[in-house]
Amino acid sequence: MTVVRISDDAAALACGADAVAAAFVQAGCTVERVSSWGMHWLEPLADIDGTGFGPLSPDDVAEVLAGTSDKAIGAIAEHPFIARQQRFTFARAGKTRPLSLEDYAATGGWAGLKRARELGPEATIAEVTQSGLRGRGGAGFPAGIKWTTVAKAAGPVKYIVCNADEGDSATFADRMVMEGDPFMLIEGMAIAGHAVGAGKGYVYVRSEYPHAIAKLNAAIALAVPHIAPFEVEVRVGAGAYVCGEETSLLNSLEGKRGEVRAKPPLPALEGLFGKPTVVNNVLTLAAVPWILSNGGQAYADVGFGRSRGTMPIQLAGNIKHGGLFEVGFGVTLGELVNEIGGGTASGRPVRAVQVGGPLGAYHPPADFHLPFDYEAFAAADGLIGHAGLTVFDETADMSAQARFAMSFCAAESCGKCTPCRIGSTRGVELIDRIRARSGRAADRVETLPQMHNARKAPRTLGDEIELLEDLCETMKFGSLCALGGFTPYPVLSALKHWPEDFGVDVPDQEAAE
Amino acid sequence: MTDHDDLDGILAVHAGREGALLPILHDVQAAFGHVSEPAIRRIAQALNLTRAEVHGVVSFYHDFRDEPEARPVLKLCRAESCQARGVEALAAALPENPRVKVETVYCLGLCSVGPAAMIGHEVHGRLDAARLGALVESLA
Repeated sequence: MTVVRISDDAAALACGADAVAAAFVQAGCTVERVSSWGMHWLEPLADIDGTGFGPLSPDDVAEVLAGTSDKAIGAIAEHPFIARQQRFTFARAGKTRPLSLEDYAATGGWAGLKRARELGPEATIAEVTQSGLRGRGGAGFPAGIKWTTVAKAAGPVKYIVCNADEGDSATFADRMVMEGDPFMLIEGMAIAGHAVGAGKGYVYVRSEYPHAIAKLNAAIALAVPHIAPFEVEVRVGAGAYVCGEETSLLNSLEGKRGEVRAKPPLPALEGLFGKPTVVNNVLTLAAVPWILSNGGQAYADVGFGRSRGTMPIQLAGNIKHGGLFEVGFGVTLGELVNEIGGGTASGRPVRAVQVGGPLGAYHPPADFHLPFDYEAFAAADGLIGHAGLTVFDETADMSAQARFAMSFCAAESCGKCTPCRIGSTRGVELIDRIRARSGRAADRVETLPQMHNARKAPRTLGDEIELLEDLCETMKFGSLCALGGFTPYPVLSALKHWPEDFGVDVPDQEAAE
Repeated sequence: MTDHDDLDGILAVHAGREGALLPILHDVQAAFGHVSEPAIRRIAQALNLTRAEVHGVVSFYHDFRDEPEARPVLKLCRAESCQARGVEALAAALPENPRVKVETVYCLGLCSVGPAAMIGHEVHGRLDAARLGALVESLA
């Protein structure tokens, strides 16, 4: 009987994988539901003895089985998109059934935890430090240092908190780990717990990910004997983007409003319920089992500059070959968009690539030489964040995107600090005026005689642009967390690279860009 | 909120749990479709919080409603990746249907196969005007 492997990842389901699976069952095949290979433009993708067929609809099934389908893509593992990758975290992607303990153990599962227990806590942290692993949530803080701080903190009660509040547009790697390889994340948390002396771990998952929540809960129940005495519990967010910020997430876990806390105290010392807490992203914790079973040095041998190891990069938006591409740091933005991603899905030229989600900068094709590396992107007034790329074609209106960044910040601000709460709303109004090219006359309050310092002359477009830059400066340096602090990245990058969209006259030389 | 027994049952399930408020609110929302004022009073009492504290939490999170939504809800992602794939044009062209609530959501994690939408726990990707329209019609 033919065994057909089809993903049950949410991206595959959204493209109709269940109907395709049902059609194969109807045709007498055995269907195994596995994780996704990450080639999302080919979903639903059927894997029959290593040969791929996709994207399929139920109508294609008969031809696939007859061997006459034009949807055949050859051997999946040799597909250029897969062959070019270095898959550490996503080594099992497409190959194993997410909730099969048998599949997990047969592919090296639990080896990292076993070795960590043999090594003892200190040597476990030393391996993670040696690997050079940095926080994958965006800040890039060295995981080994964070773990050392928590391990050295006094107190009998400590926590491991996994940040799975993956709210950035263009990111879905956390979701794919939770839905496709949940045991790996659980193992990573158990290793962290062992290393720092924590007995309990929480995974804070956003409510927009019901499939990930279901898989994780099922996986935790199955994993209990493997990770005991360590315990893991899933907590579900409630639709607040700001809860992806670690201190806000901790407040939310405690049952409070998801408002940001001022730092210090660091969560490593006073985190969840005031106890020492490791807060790491899904991808950070998911990288740990590989590091422990293969050694920190093997991980550190891959990478670029101070960014060591691999990054699961997510190709999204208007891109021909969207999906998950895990590779060592150092690959250039242009390679990712043009060679690997195949350019835009619409076939029009690329206008902008937003790297790092709603708080990441928009990069023009002139930045395509940039290597994927925390420091290189910071030097180019950008950030890699959680490594999501959103590609826009030439129809994108960049002042509209800048406005969206401000309005998103206004909608999602926790309200604790003024630059973010009020600055974002003023930013929307300001960009609206810039887009309307209206300028602004002095208003009723400004013209009051007692308002000595208020400006009486009308503001021109140039004044308004200057004001926008000033506002961004205030938000960037005055906000408590990355929501208000990084919203200026998309706004200022759009203004810098596409001034014509804001009505600014540009010399011919730059307009040709 | 008419059935206090159900609410007390939910509170009993979560009794003694660390940081129980969000799990309780999720269960209340799932059971009753919203978190009512009487429910807030009862939850506050059970957790030894003030009503203001519970109200503050309920109103902070987009997921919790203070009034029930009678219509079926379609959540349409309108974040950047779906924008790059044309969701704004779809949203603008979508005919108004008074019997369906079309809600905006920022990111369903389906950024490579957008525009995307979710109905309950059911996800839909690669939407075009016809497919989105058909989804809305199927709910009406």
